[in-house]
Amino acid sequence: MSIIQCFKLALKSIWSSKVRSLLTMLGIIIGVSAVIVIIGLGNGMELYMTDQFASMGTTTLNVTIMGRGSSRQASVDDIYQIASDNPTLIKAVTPTVSGQGGIKVGRDSYHGTSVTGVGEDYLAIKQYTLAQGRGIQYSDILGRQNVCLIGSYISQECFNDNPLGKTLRIAGSPYTIVGVLNEISDSTQYSSDDLVLLPYSSAARLFRVGTPSSYTFDAVDKDHVTAAKAAVEDALFEIFGDDDAYSVFAMSELLDAMTDMLNIMITILAAIAAISLVVGGIGIMNIMLVSVSERTREIGIRKSLGARKWDILSQFVIEAGTTSAIGGVLGIGFGYLLSSIATTMIEVMLQESLTVTPTADSIALAFGVSVAIGVAFGYLPARKAANLNPIDALHFS
Amino acid sequence: MSAAEKRPLIEFDEIYKLYHMGDETVRAVDGVSFTIREGEFVAIVGQSGSGKSTCMNIIGCLDVPTSGRYILNCEEVSSLSDDDLAHIRNRTLGFIFQQYNLIPKLSVLENVELPLLYAGVRASERAERAKAALERVGLSSKLKNIPAQLSGGQQQRVSIARALAGDPSVILADEPTGALDSKTGRDVLRFLEELNAEGNTIVLITHDNGIASHAGRIIRLEDGKVVYDGPAGVEGSVVTDTAPQTAEGEVAG
Repeated sequence: MSIIQCFKLALKSIWSSKVRSLLTMLGIIIGVSAVIVIIGLGNGMELYMTDQFASMGTTTLNVTIMGRGSSRQASVDDIYQIASDNPTLIKAVTPTVSGQGGIKVGRDSYHGTSVTGVGEDYLAIKQYTLAQGRGIQYSDILGRQNVCLIGSYISQECFNDNPLGKTLRIAGSPYTIVGVLNEISDSTQYSSDDLVLLPYSSAARLFRVGTPSSYTFDAVDKDHVTAAKAAVEDALFEIFGDDDAYSVFAMSELLDAMTDMLNIMITILAAIAAISLVVGGIGIMNIMLVSVSERTREIGIRKSLGARKWDILSQFVIEAGTTSAIGGVLGIGFGYLLSSIATTMIEVMLQESLTVTPTADSIALAFGVSVAIGVAFGYLPARKAANLNPIDALHFS
Repeated sequence: MSAAEKRPLIEFDEIYKLYHMGDETVRAVDGVSFTIREGEFVAIVGQSGSGKSTCMNIIGCLDVPTSGRYILNCEEVSSLSDDDLAHIRNRTLGFIFQQYNLIPKLSVLENVELPLLYAGVRASERAERAKAALERVGLSSKLKNIPAQLSGGQQQRVSIARALAGDPSVILADEPTGALDSKTGRDVLRFLEELNAEGNTIVLITHDNGIASHAGRIIRLEDGKVVYDGPAGVEGSVVTDTAPQTAEGEVAG
């Protein structure tokens, strides 16, 4: 008997007892949809996390120099030298000098505004873009020019979005606005848009720090962050001879650690969900055993007409496999439905857009596993059927 | 027609079938030998426990003898594997059962196609041959019906069509009229006679002397032994007791 014939027969048998078939499939349906939703949820969380971290810079390294216990100091040029020594690993570097100040525009004071002194590559490293004017240039740094860039909040709040050439005061000194950044978050006070950027040399003078002690490196890409971090650490050790004098922190390492943790959690949850697939398989085996004893006479008839063991075995195995495959397909559909419901619920309840995205891999895996389970658990009843003695089977009633 | 001139189809040579029930050994078939030739219509008669069912199982390749040689269609089948026996059942034998043994979920046509399905016949040819067989038994109008929608006689005709569809060398009928009323039973027997007249070899297993008398030759079994083997309608062919002649035998004859 051909495989296609077996499939037709299996579908006929499943269709002729719809309720029983559906109940048989239930375990598989629940198992498959649970696995799909959990893996989809994990994926969504990972995407969400990566997204959040990407805005903080997954390729950046933050270096803080404490200079503790060391007589040597690292100049800005020393740090820039590290970047130019490792062109295959590091794309750019900028010092960052921050301090307390608050700004004054006309008569109004703004205390929440963050004031940071930066290098000319800062915007590129942070992936900030200009809405108006120009960025901070090397000549500004060299000449300790009193120029600044402002965030969209200051621009809208104080200058009616037309700030170029106007001045604001920081600790009494006037700074000419040469550029405005595009909106970073939502243009409100205390947000990332409430900021002023100065040339780091000007900021160092303003805040009375001799040499900048904070630097941000930008690795060429995500895969080179670890190597870049090692290179920077080596170079700093060479300068200070003491690894307590500095610290290097990579955001991506934190992301990696969190992703690993998340993956372990998802794997454990998916494994728990997969238990219901096994339970579903046992359900299929149970029903197939019932089916074999109900159809003993049919098996006897088929055998008397010339069905070989293989014919009977494949008929029942394919029937079990088809049952679980249909269960798998229904489970995938149900899993998709649950995923979109979960996405909507997270959006409504948490005001966060976390998309529960089932992956093609997880779907193929869930389907494959459910078919395999059907075949594996169908084998025992099928073998029982195939080994029936035709005489006993014919006289069975 | 002289059967002796024809080729032997079924040869039983000292066939024994023993069952062990605890310490006791039951001799269901106790040294039976006979030869059935092509084109014969043979009735194997006996009361329940006479061993006729066991004989029929062995002839039908559903069971193998404990000892002895069984040659079917020039092939020794006494010691073949299950799958080889299935193959022989499929190609050489056509079964007609007392309880029709149709598969209730399948249509009439699908039931008749079954032996062809297991023979690996292509779908189109399968349908064609099954339809031809059903036409022969006068059921061309019921192809799509399921067995439960047919009368007993019609169901038995479907099972005859199924037996014919595979074009077997031997048609093996096990109490084919047992579940039918006498008129329908006579129709079925007439049909078997027709098939025999067309050259088919038919082996009929029954306990009923009246039915056995339709066959050309009767093999009577008692306690697993052959007590009569010869033409029907002759003295001694239809006795039911170990005593050689009874009134019942004369009536039935």
